[in-house]
Amino acid sequence: MLFTHLAALLPLNTLGHYLHWHFIDISVANFVVVVLMVVTFILALVLPFPGRRRRREHQ
Amino acid sequence: MSYSDLERQWTARVRRRLVRLLPPERLLPDTQPTYVSSWIYVFGVTTMAALTVVIVSGCLLALRGPQWWHGSSVGLFVNSLHLWSVEIFFFSMVVHLWGKFFMAAWRGGRALTWMTGVVTFLTSIAAAFTGYLCQSNFDSQWISTQAKDGIDATGAGAYWNVLNMGQMLMWHIVLLPIAAVLLTALHVLLVRVKGVVPPFEEKSETSEVTA
Repeated sequence: MLFTHLAALLPLNTLGHYLHWHFIDISVANFVVVVLMVVTFILALVLPFPGRRRRREHQ
Repeated sequence: MSYSDLERQWTARVRRRLVRLLPPERLLPDTQPTYVSSWIYVFGVTTMAALTVVIVSGCLLALRGPQWWHGSSVGLFVNSLHLWSVEIFFFSMVVHLWGKFFMAAWRGGRALTWMTGVVTFLTSIAAAFTGYLCQSNFDSQWISTQAKDGIDATGAGAYWNVLNMGQMLMWHIVLLPIAAVLLTALHVLLVRVKGVVPPFEEKSETSEVTA
């Protein structure tokens, strides 16, 4: 029952939504994945890695 | 047979060459350079972890077949596991690719490492596309008829027929997974042989951290 209610929040059995910009056509789902990859890439560069400061102090 | 005769055997010569190329402490290192302590370096191993789940879930799907993965709740779960592990696999591989591209990871004699990564990426795309054709549902029928026009336009349609379910299934579950796994293994071995590429500003840094 819980899964049915959750599935109702994100209906997947419908036509896809697309973004159009000049010659670029991309589905909203794919666009969201690309944005998430860019965000992940930036976070991977700026977030401190656990234990790095401790190792530097140790050295 | 004397000791020198034994040393001349091809097995001994190959062993000596392999150990010289990749000593055990470099094959399975205890430490890595300090610059590896960054989140950008975790996406290669994330990709391999996802590939492991892809292979295992794919083997489970192969054991039980389409009626199971379409008709039972456990089958649907494993089917979804296969799909989402592929999503994580490509997500991680693309972030890994961006990281290595901006590091110019082909520096220092690492061109072959870079190129094996490129070929692995292309092989994985072919594996994913043939996977779409093997779902055995209306989605795969639609995709195969659309892909047929594209493949025919390249001239390869006579040899690689996306409407041929048997051929596409064999490519998806035999040839392409074997190629992807072997290329990944070669890619990792080359990383071990040449070491992780250093950042531009830290070429001289030599201290190491626990792996």
